[in-house]
Amino acid sequence: MDAREHFHDLLASLRPLLRAGENFTLDYRAEASEFVRFNQARVRQAGQVQQAYATLALYLGERHARFELSLSGVAEEDRSRLRHALERLRTVVPALAPDPYLRLNREPWRSESAEPGTIPDGAAVIGQIVDASTGLDLAGIYAAGPQYQGFASSWGALGWHAASSFNLDWSLFHANGQAVKSAYAGQCWDAQAFARRMASAREQLEYLGRPARTLAPGDYRAYLAPAALDEILDMLSGGFSAQALASGGSPLQRLFAGSARLSPLLTLDERIDGGLAPAFTSEGPRRDLRLLAGGLPGERLVGSRSAAEYGLSANGAGAHEYPLSPVVTGGALDECDILSRLDTGLYIGNLWYLNFSDRPAGRLTGMTRFATFWVENGRLQAPVNTMRFDDSVFSFLGPHLEALTREPEMILPSGTYGARQSGSRTLPGALLGRFTLTL
Amino acid sequence: MFESTSALLRQFAALRSRADFWSLRHVRELGEHYRVRRNVALPPTFSEDSGAMLTVRIAGVEAYAATSDLTQAGLQAALERAEQMARALAGHALLEVHELPVPTGEADDVAPGYERPLAGPAHWYEVLGAESARVPRDARLVDWSAGLGVHCVEQIYLNSAGACLRRAQRFVYPALSVTAGDGHDSQTRSLGGFNFGQQGGAEVVDRLGLIGAAPRIADEALQLLLAPNTPGGPLDLLLMPDQMVLQIHESIGHPLELDRILGDERNYAGTSFVRLEDFGRYQYGSPLLDVTFDPGRPEELASYRHDDDGTPAQREYLIHRGILQRPLGGALSQLRSSLPGVACSRACSWNRAPIDRMANLNVEPGDRSLEQLIGGIERGILMSTNRSWSIDDARNKFQFGCEWGQLIENGELKGVVKNPNYRGISARFWRNLTAVGDADTVEVLGTPYCGKGEPNQAVRVGHASPACVFKNVDVFGGAA
Repeated sequence: MDAREHFHDLLASLRPLLRAGENFTLDYRAEASEFVRFNQARVRQAGQVQQAYATLALYLGERHARFELSLSGVAEEDRSRLRHALERLRTVVPALAPDPYLRLNREPWRSESAEPGTIPDGAAVIGQIVDASTGLDLAGIYAAGPQYQGFASSWGALGWHAASSFNLDWSLFHANGQAVKSAYAGQCWDAQAFARRMASAREQLEYLGRPARTLAPGDYRAYLAPAALDEILDMLSGGFSAQALASGGSPLQRLFAGSARLSPLLTLDERIDGGLAPAFTSEGPRRDLRLLAGGLPGERLVGSRSAAEYGLSANGAGAHEYPLSPVVTGGALDECDILSRLDTGLYIGNLWYLNFSDRPAGRLTGMTRFATFWVENGRLQAPVNTMRFDDSVFSFLGPHLEALTREPEMILPSGTYGARQSGSRTLPGALLGRFTLTL
Repeated sequence: MFESTSALLRQFAALRSRADFWSLRHVRELGEHYRVRRNVALPPTFSEDSGAMLTVRIAGVEAYAATSDLTQAGLQAALERAEQMARALAGHALLEVHELPVPTGEADDVAPGYERPLAGPAHWYEVLGAESARVPRDARLVDWSAGLGVHCVEQIYLNSAGACLRRAQRFVYPALSVTAGDGHDSQTRSLGGFNFGQQGGAEVVDRLGLIGAAPRIADEALQLLLAPNTPGGPLDLLLMPDQMVLQIHESIGHPLELDRILGDERNYAGTSFVRLEDFGRYQYGSPLLDVTFDPGRPEELASYRHDDDGTPAQREYLIHRGILQRPLGGALSQLRSSLPGVACSRACSWNRAPIDRMANLNVEPGDRSLEQLIGGIERGILMSTNRSWSIDDARNKFQFGCEWGQLIENGELKGVVKNPNYRGISARFWRNLTAVGDADTVEVLGTPYCGKGEPNQAVRVGHASPACVFKNVDVFGGAA
């Protein structure tokens, strides 16, 4: 059954079951995914996954509960599963305590979008990847197929988002163990575009053949490529949550309290247009929000629950209060000037495995990984063996942020825990005057 | 229990395939989650997830298709998609699986007490509400919550060689945390952090000490808020079991995963500093270090009789007296490497394929009481409850942080310190193991969030460990 039809069939079956005083919300997520993983430029493991899930929430005044259920895709069976979930919730909800922070968006709204893609069948893509990596040591994963998200409520909300996409995330390894990471993601597979990316990765691989340099711990000038800055932004993203800021869980609490500052070069928006996330969440339509303005704190991400708990106004953030398509404004550094402006220091292609060494202080640690080079006098010298950094964002993205590149790059997430991750992040590279390595 | 068995057996028998071998792995998982935050009961969440993975082998090539459509037509369609994929891979596949053993036989693996019913939501909200209410009123206590997650998982594995392997498990995850903050700094203290859960029933809540713990946890959060930063420098380090869990997991478990050593994970989870030729000879730790793969401890999160490929599981030493013995590799990795392994081919659910994973990975107890461990330290620090973890892609250079630190001077516990962090290199760290706690110091813990694989999978792993002492570790605190 067509996914949109499936979603509407579930909705149609649910509405007549409602009793007086009952309300519902219904989330729907489905995907048909092809997963092919590679090792040594051959297929290590491959398969397909068809899955669909619904989350039904039942509201009885201020009392409510949720039931997440897998769907078979067979209409009659799924109507029965949904009815069973509703009946289960009815046995629980009346006995629950009223929820003092239930402030759902009860306005009717509609949002619908569909982004059809052009994706060749798996066999053709596998053939192209294997052919293009002949003579190379490639490891990675190709994930592709349609994804669907729906949301509806008994108060008249209706959202639908369909997109078909692919994401090839791969690394090429040199015999010395050094590697370059690449990604090719989008909605229309273009064999020539893929070939260009593979050629670019192959070119970088040649640099990795030089003897690697081991650095001593200390402070270095550094350039963070967009993929590396993306890892930093990922760690900070939860810090804009109103709940995290109110409950001591935000790495940006000192920024919002006015006792720490970020560089005036940093402006960050949660922007719907151009991003690949749906324009709605289960809280309703999303809004454009300026989260950082010239290094100063802007809006918090406020879901309806935090709004009720902390006396704030909800602003279209989802219940998790996390930016879904953040955009960091570009700066004045031209791509062609990156190495000359860096002069002597580290070119960091990717960072890996970040965590907090002191969250309230905005202090992070993590590793360099993939295509990290030592640069002298504006020229790449040698790959650098893996190093650990430990530094505060209020330092390296504060007074030590010297420049951002002019053209931000859109990065599509390759995560597949439970389901293929959607959304996007758009950000430039960052030139740092000081970045602290510790191990 | 196993309600789907007869239908699945009938459906499996009716499947038509031209594959050399095919299998079906059906998983049904029921979940319920309750939480009380700042004395307000959050709405409960219930879940039910079921589906099946069909795997085929054709001319030595393996492929899978997973579906939540469990009708005969749905399973047949999935089987045909898997066959189509396997044929498309001909000439492109890395592995040839002709020689891979095929499980046979029938076995039921039902966790003790699985069928004993648990109390309903009203009971758990009462328990959690009472615990939340035990947090004292103090304006500096800005957040706290008590929670409980329960997951029941039933798996049925069938294959064309006649195997029928069934497993039923229940996982219980109590949670308690309190955050103290003053607008500038904040410190969180919890019961076990992210590494807290066991198999069983209501007794897990008692056994792990949730009830009555809130006042102590809140008091410790306040102590941390007022405490000085951890001093920097080399110190002897006493790690309590709720940090040993993380230390074992990251710097023994992951490096010993055979698929990492064979390169499968190089694009995501990473590689390993351990090489194939290291098994049987490499000095991983001091002679005090004994590490076992132990699937037989009933309450531990990853106890089972067969892994998800149907290989029988048994206890094995991975490290004995400090010497590396065997890797964490399932049947396929053993075939690829010609090394002995363990039954650890595991999947997170029906929609992901099994790969090499940790299961129960334990440090065996030594002979020192906790008092003796502390008494043997002249200048050191006790660290408890993991809160931060980071390690390089070869699982060598690590930096870990804990919630709770307490200085040790001349064999005695002294003042509390906040932001206790330490860093080191796996290949050297375990060789500095100087004392191992006795059985009285052992705790059975684990996490449901071990991430790995492409596509990504988070699985449950168990770790039982005594408290341990490491000499001369690079310790440091947070920002000033």
